Amino acid sequence: MNHLIPLFIAVPLGAAFFIPLVSRHVKWVPDVFGNLTMFSLAAMSFYTIGQSEVYHLGAWQTPIGIDLRLDGLSSLLLIAINVIGLAATLYSVAYMRIFTSKLRYYSLFLIMVTGMNGVVLTADLFNLYIFMEMAAIASYALVGFGCEHEELEASFKYLVLGSLATLFVLIGVALLYGMTGSLNMAQVATSMQSAAQAAQGTMAKPYIFALGLFICGFALKSALVPFHAWLPDAYQSAPAPISAMLSGVLTKTIGVYVLARLLFNVFGISQQLLLILQILGALSMVVGVLLAIGQWDMKRLFAYHSISQIGYVVLALGLGTPLGIIGGLYHLVNHSVFKSLLFLNAGAVEYSTGTRDLKRLGGLNQALPITGKTSLVASMSIAGIPPFNGFWSKLIIIIACVQAGYYWLAAWAVFVSLVTLASFLKVQKYAFLDAAKMALAKIQHTPFFMGLSMVVLAILCVVTSLAVLSGFDAPVLIAPAADVLIKGLITL
Amino acid sequence: MIYSLCLILIGIGLYGILTKRNIVKIIIGFVIMEAGVHLLLILIGYRMQGEAPILQPGMKLSEFITRAVDPLPQALTLTSIVIGLGVLALMIAIAIRLYERYKTFDITEMRRLKG
Repeated sequence: MNHLIPLFIAVPLGAAFFIPLVSRHVKWVPDVFGNLTMFSLAAMSFYTIGQSEVYHLGAWQTPIGIDLRLDGLSSLLLIAINVIGLAATLYSVAYMRIFTSKLRYYSLFLIMVTGMNGVVLTADLFNLYIFMEMAAIASYALVGFGCEHEELEASFKYLVLGSLATLFVLIGVALLYGMTGSLNMAQVATSMQSAAQAAQGTMAKPYIFALGLFICGFALKSALVPFHAWLPDAYQSAPAPISAMLSGVLTKTIGVYVLARLLFNVFGISQQLLLILQILGALSMVVGVLLAIGQWDMKRLFAYHSISQIGYVVLALGLGTPLGIIGGLYHLVNHSVFKSLLFLNAGAVEYSTGTRDLKRLGGLNQALPITGKTSLVASMSIAGIPPFNGFWSKLIIIIACVQAGYYWLAAWAVFVSLVTLASFLKVQKYAFLDAAKMALAKIQHTPFFMGLSMVVLAILCVVTSLAVLSGFDAPVLIAPAADVLIKGLITL
Repeated sequence: MIYSLCLILIGIGLYGILTKRNIVKIIIGFVIMEAGVHLLLILIGYRMQGEAPILQPGMKLSEFITRAVDPLPQALTLTSIVIGLGVLALMIAIAIRLYERYKTFDITEMRRLKG
C-alpha cells in the first residue's frame, strides 16, 4: 500500500488547523507554513506519476471501508491542483497584505486544497460529496473575503447556486445508493451494468433521474452555459489568487473532472450523453467568448473567457474519441496554467494601479515589465498562438473534431479561437501598449513574490507545450489520464 | 408513495430559493429543501416494522439482518446535516454582513455586479 495517497488529504487539513493555532502572535508563520505545505504537496504530487492503486483507508476492505483510488487521471489533476496552488500561495505572500487576516486566508485556502485533493482521489460517492462541499464552502468564504458590497453580493450568489448544486448531487447519490446498495464507484458501476444487461440495455428510470441530477449539479459547479450566472461575479470579486485557483482548478476539479469520471467511469458513456456534452460545450464556448468581448473590467473579461475555455474541454470530452479526450484533458491542464497566470496579472495590475478598468489603464509595459511580459505570454497561450501550450491543445481538439466527422464543430472551435484572439488583443492594447492615461511614476512596483509566481507560470506555459513532443496521440502525462476515461467502467 | 412527500418538500424549497426576493426567505427555502433531501436519504434505508440496527447478545444474525433497518443512510444523513449546518452558518453570516452594507434584505436592490 502506498501511504503517500492519504497524505494529500491529511497534510493540508492538518496545516489548515495548525496555522491558526500557532500564528496568533507571530506574523510570518502563516506565509511560511502555507507555502511550505503547498510546496511539499506539489513535490509529492510528482511522485504519483505512473502509479495506480486502490488504497483502503484504515485497512478496511472494500465493501466495508472507504477507498481512495489513484490512477492516471487523478494523478494529472493532483499535479495541476498542487502546482497552481503553490503559485497562488507564493503570490499571496505579497498580495494578501492589502487584506486583514492572512491567518484565516491560509486556513481557508488549505481547506479548499484538501477538498480538491479529496475529490480527485476518492472512490466513494458520498465522500465525493463531502470533499466537494469542503472545497466549495471554503471557496464561498474566500470569494467574500474582502467583505465589501460586491464581494458579499457575489459570494451570496455563488453560495446559493453552489449549495443548490450540491443538494442535486446529494439526491443523485441517495438514488444511486437506493438502487445499487453501495457507494463505492466500482461496485455501483458493476451493479448498474448488470441491471442494464438484465433489462436488455435500457437504463432504469431512477438511474436516468440520478444522471440528470448529476449533470445539472456538476454543470452548475463548472459553470457551463445555461448554469453560468454565478461565475463572472465570483471571479471578479474574489482576491486575485483565489480567482486564479477558482478558475484554474476548482471549477475543473469539482465540475469537469467529476462529471467526466461519473459519465465515463460509473454510468458508462452513450451516444446521447456525448450529445449532451457537445451541446453544453459548444454553447459555453460561444456564449462565453461573445459576452467577454464587451467587458471592460479585466477580471470579468477573463472570467467570461473561463466559461468559453471550459466549453472547449467539455466539447472535446463530448467527442468521445480517444484523440478528443486527450485534447480535452490537455486543454484542461493548459487552461489551468494560463488562466491562473492571467488572473494573477490582473491582480498585479490592480495592486499597482488601484484599478482594473481597461479604459483607465495604459502604457503599463514600461511601468510593470514583468506583468506586461507574462501577460503577453498568457494572452498568446489562450488565443492559441504557437509555440505556446494553448495552440497545441486547440489544434488537437480541432483535429479530433474533423476526425470524428463533426466539421461544423471544428469550424465553431476555430471561430471561437479567433474571437478570443480579438478580445485579448484588446486587453494588450488598452492595458499594456497604449499611451499611458495615468501618472506612471505613482505606480507601485510589483513585489518580488508576485513577480516570481507569475514568471514560474509563464515558464510553465511553454513547458506544458513540450508534452506534444511525444506525439499528438500520446502526450506525456495526458495519455495515461485519457486511458482511464477511454477504458470505460472501473472495476474493483 | 411516501417518497413523493419528500419530493414535494424538495419542490417547496426549490420554489422558495428561485422565486423569493428576501435573503432570509431564500435561506429558509434552502433549509426546507435540505430537510427534504435528508428525509429522502433516511427513507431509502427505512423498512416497515424494522428495528434499530444494533446487534445485541442473544440475537440471531440471519434473523437480525432481515428485520433491521439499513444504518448507512442514517450515518450519511447525520454527516450531511452537519455539512448543512456549516453552509447555513455561512449563509447567515453573509446575510448579516449584506444587511450591514446595503441596509436591506431585498436581493433586487443588490445590483452592483452586472454585464
